[in-house]
Amino acid sequence: MGFPDRIERTLDVAHPPRVVWAAITTAEGLAAWFGQEAEIDLRPGGHARLAWDGGHVAELRVERVEEPSVFGFTWRVDAMPEDDPRRTYVEFTLEPTATGTRLRVVETGFAQLPDEGYRKGFESHTEGWGRELGELVAYLDAA
Amino acid sequence: MPPEQGPDPGPDPESVAEQVFIALADPTRRSILAALAAGGPATATDLAGRLPITRQAIAKHLTLLADVGLVTAEPGERRRVRFRLRSAPMQAAQQFLAALARDWDGPLEALTGYLDRTAPRAEGR
Repeated sequence: MGFPDRIERTLDVAHPPRVVWAAITTAEGLAAWFGQEAEIDLRPGGHARLAWDGGHVAELRVERVEEPSVFGFTWRVDAMPEDDPRRTYVEFTLEPTATGTRLRVVETGFAQLPDEGYRKGFESHTEGWGRELGELVAYLDAA
Repeated sequence: MPPEQGPDPGPDPESVAEQVFIALADPTRRSILAALAAGGPATATDLAGRLPITRQAIAKHLTLLADVGLVTAEPGERRRVRFRLRSAPMQAAQQFLAALARDWDGPLEALTGYLDRTAPRAEGR
């Protein structure tokens, strides 16, 4: 079947790296092409947020900032439960070329599985629900 | 970057996702999983009362679903076996779908368009 853990795109743009850098690392740039609204605290560990018309929101954690060549962030995988700890890592690399910039986007981490600790936590969570409902039944039966 | 090899790498996501898709390809198994998702743990008899399928057929499908880890058997009332949905394999399948659903082509096209509209070209420096 082939599980795509890694998504990769490379494109050549006719603009210098500093221009591309501004487009991908500033709120103004991100809001112009990625989301409809954007805010970003551009430092490793900083928080960024993209919002789209229709209410979809992406919360990003900035991981790498090496102006003007590497910008990396992690974010949640869409459609996963809110409390799922797994995140994919997105890295933009900018390389100057004779005609502008070679921009590469790599997103990795789609093929992660819950680790054993997470699985245990998850199962205790679902068991917890069953137990709580059982306690509620016992409480109602006693009343 | 190769993935880190822990002491127990566990099941590989591809085979987990494949089992989920095989299970979901069958309409009867989909209806059983949907009933467990909607109504919580149930016995084969409970499910036979809710679905237009014989108890025997349901039991056969539940065995297959338990073999691939999509449901777990647990003791229920009156010594009947109850089946509970296990969501971990679904999450592996969801990640597969998430990779397919991730759209970078659209945004990158928008980025190129934005740069061309607003920024000076590199040749013009």
